[in-house]
Parts: sequence; C-alpha cells; structure tokens
Amino acid sequence: MTLTFEDFPPGHFGTFGPRHVTREEILAFAAEFDPQPMHLDEAAASRSMLKGLSASGWHLCSIMMRMMVDGFAGRSASLGSPGVNEVRWLAPLRPGDDLMLDIDVVEARVSRSRPETGIVTLRSVARNAAGQALCEMVSPMIMARRAAGAAERAG
Amino acid sequence: MYFFEDIAVGQRREVGSFTFTADLIKTFARQFDPQRFHLDEEEGRKSLFGGLAASGWHVGSVCMKLMVADGQRRAREAAALGKTIAVWGPSPGFRELRWIKPVLAGDTISFASEVETVRSSEKRPEWGIVQARNTGTNQRGDLVFSFLATAFVPRRNPGA
Repeated sequence: MTLTFEDFPPGHFGTFGPRHVTREEILAFAAEFDPQPMHLDEAAASRSMLKGLSASGWHLCSIMMRMMVDGFAGRSASLGSPGVNEVRWLAPLRPGDDLMLDIDVVEARVSRSRPETGIVTLRSVARNAAGQALCEMVSPMIMARRAAGAAERAG
Repeated sequence: MYFFEDIAVGQRREVGSFTFTADLIKTFARQFDPQRFHLDEEEGRKSLFGGLAASGWHVGSVCMKLMVADGQRRAREAAALGKTIAVWGPSPGFRELRWIKPVLAGDTISFASEVETVRSSEKRPEWGIVQARNTGTNQRGDLVFSFLATAFVPRRNPGA
C-alpha cells in the first residue's frame, strides 16, 4: 500500500539499512563531484583534519536519500521536498562502513497552500556499525493526503 | 585558495555553470534518488515539477563540484605567483538549503558564492569558520537553489 501523509505521525518512524559503503564508490563519487585530496588520496587524507580517507559529505547525504527511497519514500505518495533545514556532518564516513538510518517524524502538518498535501519534517541520523552518528539531517517532504472520502471513513 | 585573513563579508564569486542533461539527471537518480519524477520524462511532466527534474542532491553535488574546481583553479594561480596555498578543511554542515524551483532536463545553472559571516574557531586557533550563501540561477535568471554553507578555513598566521 502506498504510504501517505497519514502514515507519518510524529515520533519514531523506522530504522533502515544496513548499507555497505565501499572504497571504490567513495573514490568514484569524489572524483566526479568533490575531488578534494581528503576524499581521494590516502596520504593527503591522513594529514587532514579527518585523519584518513573519508567520503564527501554530499555523497553521504546522497546515500541517505537512497536509503530513504528504498526504505519508504519509493512506496510513498512523496511529491518531492522544498529543501533541507539543516545538515550536520558529525564524523567521517569511512571505506567499508555499514550505515544504518534512523528516522523520526518531528512535525506533520497539512499544507495551507495545497490542502490535498501535507508536509512531513523528518530527522534522519546515519550511523556506522559502531553506532556513531555520522550525519544528522532535518528535512521536510511533501506527501499527498489520502483521498478526502477515504480520510473521512478512516477518521 | 584564500586564507581566512583574505576573506570578508560580502565577497562574491561566480564559480561556474553546468547543464543538467536528461542522461545525467537519470544516471544520478538511478544511483541515489530513484523516484519516478527524476527517472522518466512523462512522470516528471505529471509531477509538481512539470518535467524531468534533477534530484536536489544532484544539484547540490554539482554545486560542490564547481566550487572545488574553482578553488583548485585559484590554487594553481596562487602557486604560479609563488604564493602559499591555503588548504581548506572539512565542512561541519549547512543550513537553509532551498530547492526553490525545479532544475529540469536541459537547464543550465550558474552557481555563485557570497560570504555571510566570518569568525575564528575557539577550539581550533589555526582555523577560522566561514559561512557563505551558495546559489544556483538558471538560464532564465531564476534563482533555483540556495544554501548557507559552513567551512573551516586555515589562518595564515595562527594565533596572530
């Protein structure tokens, strides 16, 4: 069944993963989108603030997006997102890490301009296998509401 | 690349432009954001976007790509003049990212960066912290993308 606005009440939504991240994909993303030495070169990375090879933060966010699509957004009535309130890159994503994504709904409200839709604000935290938080993201998603008749029957 | 001491609020730099072809949009989306409106022209037309739309993470990643290329260009220029090159540190994150209008297949987006705040790091005296508003504007002059980025920038004279 397609998930709609009504399926995202405030509170814990779910935990998704694991998603294994390889050295090859870290290097490939960095070569295309973020070719800084700390994401491409082992020796330069070891001298950087991050003390070793790490994935681009945009790569980590993109992987989190994919985990959301695979976990729930791909079978939802998602209509897209207007943006991201905040992203905090807390610790580096390393080659070989297995990511888990923890998602909470922090707010769910009906859209004033498009009342057939709602805005669901999610807090998503990506963690490595040791449970260390690597990235925290707070972002709204626009979700279609169930058809008015169905909503009345359900309500 | 600039050192912290070279950076002032209000400095603006055009960092380059990029054309989002249908092929590039779909290739990124298949890997990271396989939602129907990023994968298929007809589904895109039926969506709120009104056409095949780039994943917002694709737009952000391309912005990063052009910013890095611009920084590397500046570093080569500085090296050619015999100047010391500043190697920027990692970013702790960003705020207020807005996908203001869809980026549709064929759109060319020009990216720019404008410094909003500069401050020294209390915990790391060899670094300063710079916040810049990075924006993308399409070929019609519409602002389509914006976020407030934060980066650690090395000081030329730590502790001075």
